[in-house]
Amino acid sequence: MFDAALHKPATSTRFRSATDESPAARWALIAVAIGGLALLVGAPLVIVFAEALSQGWAAAVASLASRDAQSAIRLTLLITAIAVPLNAVFGIAAAWFITKFDFRGKAFLITLIDLPFSVSPVVAGLCIVLLFGANSAIGGWLVASGYPIVFAVPGIVLATVFVTFPFVARELIPVMIEQGRAEEEAALTLGASGWRVFRTVTLPNIRWALLYGTLLCTARAMGEFGAVAVVSGKIRGQTATMPITIEMFYNEYLSVAAFSMAALLTGLALLTLLLKTALELRHADQLAAVRRH
Amino acid sequence: MSSPLVQRTAMPGLGLSAGITLFMLTLVVFLPIGALLWKGAAFGPAALWDTINRERVWAALWLSFRLSFLAACFNLVFGVIVAWVLVRYRFAGRRIVDAAVDLPFALPTAVAGIALTALYAPNGVLGGLVDDLGWRIAYTQWGIWLALVFVGLPFVTRTVQPVIEEIEAEVEEASATLGASRWHTLRHVIAPMLMPAALTGFALSLARAVGEYGSVIFIAGNIPLRTEIAPLLIVIQLEEYNYGAAAAIGLAMLAISFTMLLAINLIQIWSRRRIGHV
Repeated sequence: MFDAALHKPATSTRFRSATDESPAARWALIAVAIGGLALLVGAPLVIVFAEALSQGWAAAVASLASRDAQSAIRLTLLITAIAVPLNAVFGIAAAWFITKFDFRGKAFLITLIDLPFSVSPVVAGLCIVLLFGANSAIGGWLVASGYPIVFAVPGIVLATVFVTFPFVARELIPVMIEQGRAEEEAALTLGASGWRVFRTVTLPNIRWALLYGTLLCTARAMGEFGAVAVVSGKIRGQTATMPITIEMFYNEYLSVAAFSMAALLTGLALLTLLLKTALELRHADQLAAVRRH
Repeated sequence: MSSPLVQRTAMPGLGLSAGITLFMLTLVVFLPIGALLWKGAAFGPAALWDTINRERVWAALWLSFRLSFLAACFNLVFGVIVAWVLVRYRFAGRRIVDAAVDLPFALPTAVAGIALTALYAPNGVLGGLVDDLGWRIAYTQWGIWLALVFVGLPFVTRTVQPVIEEIEAEVEEASATLGASRWHTLRHVIAPMLMPAALTGFALSLARAVGEYGSVIFIAGNIPLRTEIAPLLIVIQLEEYNYGAAAAIGLAMLAISFTMLLAINLIQIWSRRRIGHV
C-alpha cells in the first residue's frame, strides 16, 4: 500500500502532494543526474569507439589482427580461464565453510576474505614481487628450478586472483546464510552423500548468485591493470595482457590500435552490464547484491 | 568452559571446504602481504622512515590522499542525487541511467584512463572546449581528480539506494503534517537517515581512489612533486629495482588502507546502533 504511494509515477501527479518535491526541483535533479552521468560515463564510452573507428573499420580490425594484439588477447583469455575457476572454487568452499559450520573467528575470516578489495592493486603486485621475485628466497629457488613466477604467467594469475578474490565468496555467503541448513540436513538424513547434497540441493539454490559473482569476477579479471602491470614485466608477446598492450600501443602513439583493443574490452564491459542487469531483473530474489538494495 | 573451535555437526565437507579456504587465503593473501611486512621489518624502521620522509614521497602521498578526498566529496553529493532520482522519480531511460552507474566498475581502468585523456587533452573534444577558457584538465591535478571521480562514482549511489527504498512514507507524511516544508523534511528527516550509508559509500570511494593507478597515470602527466600519485612512485621504484623503497611506500599505503577499512567498519557499527539495522 505504502509502496504503491512511493512508486506512483511522479510525472502524472497534477496536484503536488506534501511528500513530493516541486516539479522544478524534480526536473533539475533529473537533469543533474543524467547530465553528470552523460559527461562522466557516456562521453568516455563514446570516445573509445570514435577513436577506434577514426580511420575506418578496416584499420581497427587490422590493428586487432596484429601479432602483438593477438598474443595479448590469447594471454588475457588464458589468465581469465585459470583465475576465474580458481576463484569460483574458492568462493564456493569459503561460503560452504562459513555458512554450514559454526566456529570461532568467523567474522574475522570474512574480513580477511574482503581484504584484497581495500588493498591498492599496485601494492598487491608489489607484495607478489617481494614474495616470488628473483631477489626473494622462494623466488630465487623457483627461478633456478626453471619455474619463474614473477614476469611470467603464474605471477599474472596470482595477481588476478588477488584483486578478484572476494567476488564469488561475498556474493554466495549472504545467499547461503539466508537459505539456512535445513534442506541440506534433510537430504543428509535421507541418506544422500555430501557431494550429492551439494549438487542437487545447494547448487540449484545458489546457481544464479554463483553466476552473478563469476560474471563480476570475469570482468575484473580481463581488465585488471595495476596489479598485472607490476608483476608482468610487460614482455611483448609473452606477458603483455590486453590492458597492458593498450598502454604499450598508447605510449607508442598507435592510437587506433590502442583504442581498438580498448573498444574490445569496452564491448565486454557493456556485455557484462547487460547480463548483470538481466540477472538482476529475472532472478532478483536469488541474488544477494539485489536484495541488499 | 570454552566452546570448541568448531562445533560438531553432521554436515559433510568440513575438512575440504576449510582446507581450500585456508590454503587459498594463505597463498593469495597471507604470504604476499606477509612478504611486504617482512621486507619492511628487514629494512628497519629508521630506513623506512628515511625513504618515506622525502619531499617527493610526501608530495605523492599527500596528492593521492587530498585528491581522493576531494573526488569522494564530489561523489558523495552526486551519488546521493543519482540515488534519489533513481528511486523516487520515473522518467524515460531510468534503467539505462541505473546501469550506467555501474559502468566504472565494469570498464577496465586502462580503458577509462586513455578515454578520459583523449576527451580532456588540450586537443580533445572537451579539453579543447575548456582550453579556450584558459582551463587545463588533462596533465594537471584536475585530470587526476576527474579520473578518481570516475572510479569512485558507483559507491555512494549503490550504498544509499537501498536505504532510500526502505524509507517509510509515513515518516515524510508525519513531517509534512507537522508543518515542515519539503526542504525542511529533506534536511532534518531524510538526510540523517541516509547519513550512515552515504558515509560508508564515501569511505569506500575514498579507499578505492587512494590506491587507484590505471585510470590516473594516463591523464596525470606524472610530474614529480606536482602530478605524481603514490602508486606510481611504487612502480617507479620497482622499475629501478629499489625493492626496499617500494616496500616502504607500499607499507605507508597499506597503513592508510587499513585505517580506512577500520573507519568503514566503525561507521557501520555506529549506524547499526543508531538505526538498529543496515
